[in-house]
Amino acid sequence: MKKMLVTAGLITAFALPLHAEMVAPTQVAFTDGAVEGSLTGTAGDPAAGRVIMNKGAGNCIACHMVSDLEEFPFHGDVGPSLDGVGDRWTEAELRGIVSNAKEMFPDTVMPSFYRTTDFVRPGNGFTGKAAEGELDPLLTAQQVEDVVSYLLTLKE
Amino acid sequence: MKNIKALSVTASIMGLLAAPAVAGPDSDSLVINGELEMVTETAAPEHLDGAVGDTIYSGWRFRTDETQALQLDDFDNPAMLTVDKAIDYFNTVDGSEGKSCASCHEGPEEFAGLTASLPRVEDGKLVVLEDIINGHRAEVMGAEPWKWSGQDMQGMVALIGLQSRGMPVDVKIDGDAAPFWEQGKEMYYTRYGQLELSCANCHEQNYGNMIRADHLSQGQTNGFPVYRLKQAQLISKHNRFRGCIRDTRAETFAEGSDEFRALELYVASRGNGLSIETPAVRQ
Ligand code: HEC
Ligand code: HEC
Repeated sequence: MKKMLVTAGLITAFALPLHAEMVAPTQVAFTDGAVEGSLTGTAGDPAAGRVIMNKGAGNCIACHMVSDLEEFPFHGDVGPSLDGVGDRWTEAELRGIVSNAKEMFPDTVMPSFYRTTDFVRPGNGFTGKAAEGELDPLLTAQQVEDVVSYLLTLKE
Repeated sequence: MKNIKALSVTASIMGLLAAPAVAGPDSDSLVINGELEMVTETAAPEHLDGAVGDTIYSGWRFRTDETQALQLDDFDNPAMLTVDKAIDYFNTVDGSEGKSCASCHEGPEEFAGLTASLPRVEDGKLVVLEDIINGHRAEVMGAEPWKWSGQDMQGMVALIGLQSRGMPVDVKIDGDAAPFWEQGKEMYYTRYGQLELSCANCHEQNYGNMIRADHLSQGQTNGFPVYRLKQAQLISKHNRFRGCIRDTRAETFAEGSDEFRALELYVASRGNGLSIETPAVRQ
């Protein structure tokens, strides 16, 4: 009886950090531009990701065309169309691209959405004033997971 | 490139750029008042070394037909109201010395060619038109300086610029201008802000492409100050620079700063050969 309880305790002890611990922007581990594990341990929500593609700090369609997002006006063409990215890239690769595209595509114009350091004259949002204190990443860890889960639905 | 897929993405982007679906500059030609023919497209200056391809284009070529039309006839150009006020001001006494511009200058026509050659170095300092105007106000007229992007200042900048309309932009980049030009060039290629975007990322690499609802031009300054319909007023170059840098989530530089003077020289030099269109109209 005692032994069983201990085992159960151990399992929870191991399982908990996996769920509770968020990978900080400065701790993301890239392998060939990809990021293997989830940044949050919580599965992404594709519906929430779909909204971020159009609005707020994501605004991905400023640069990318996405047929599935037809109801939103003005898709840019600075980047390639994202139709079919769910076939072209793995989940880990998409997580890497969204977190810091410069790992996959050196010198790309695509911003790094989950990075907080090494900027030239970082501002306080769109105020034009200097940033105060530490920067927040453009997307939260969970928003990155949400966007990645949405991108995985984009199959040809 | 880190892997094969990255390579194929690049290939698909290049395909995109080559495809006719991506709109570059249009093929319209700009003749103002039915007689004044503008050079809106010409060989890129040598110093660009092919960075934008062979050709530079006026921002006019990237605007919609409706916006373009407002520049075809001075009666339709909303900037001309502000220019008219500047003509009135030219003859109005202001400041402690009891003088107007007309006390020293025959008329605005005297300034033909000036805007085409600015910024330039005077006594070791890089000088733009706003500096000259405020300098004369302070030293000769004893008048308060005008705010950089205020409508009295930009109206006068537009009136003086209008005297060079149709002349090619021709700023000097060598000799004592060289260090300022180098500073401006470095700024042009610096990826500012949390979005890490340089002027070149948008106006050199991506002109002709859409960024959300905006059709990216080469970011030329030959039409400045431009009348912006959205703001219903004249916009200075430094105000435009500030807006573009702010949009990268960066801390900008101030209007009238030495940094923006240097950037103004560099950006002007990328347009050497295009006609001065002042005052142009934008959406
Ligand atoms: C300022 C422009 C810009 C923004 C904003 C942007 N991207 Fe990109 N993106 C690019 C470019 C350019 C590329 C092509 C990679 C390169 O530069 O070689 C790219 C590539 C990609 C790819 C690989 C595409 C493929 O076809 O294989 C994905 C996936 C992607 N972006 C997703 C996103 C998402 C998701 C967002 C928003 C959270 C976003 N991008 C925001 C410019 C942008
Ligand atoms: C995120 C993209 C972006 C960046 C970075 C950017 N711009 Fe712009 N810029 C625009 C857009 C959009 C417009 C309005 C459409 C157009 O004319 O391209 C514009 C317009 C301009 C214009 C007015 C052109 C005209 O004909 O009216 C100038 C000048 C200009 N930019 C200069 C600069 C300079 C200098 C920098 C760097 C300090 C810069 N831009 C950085 C997006 C950008």
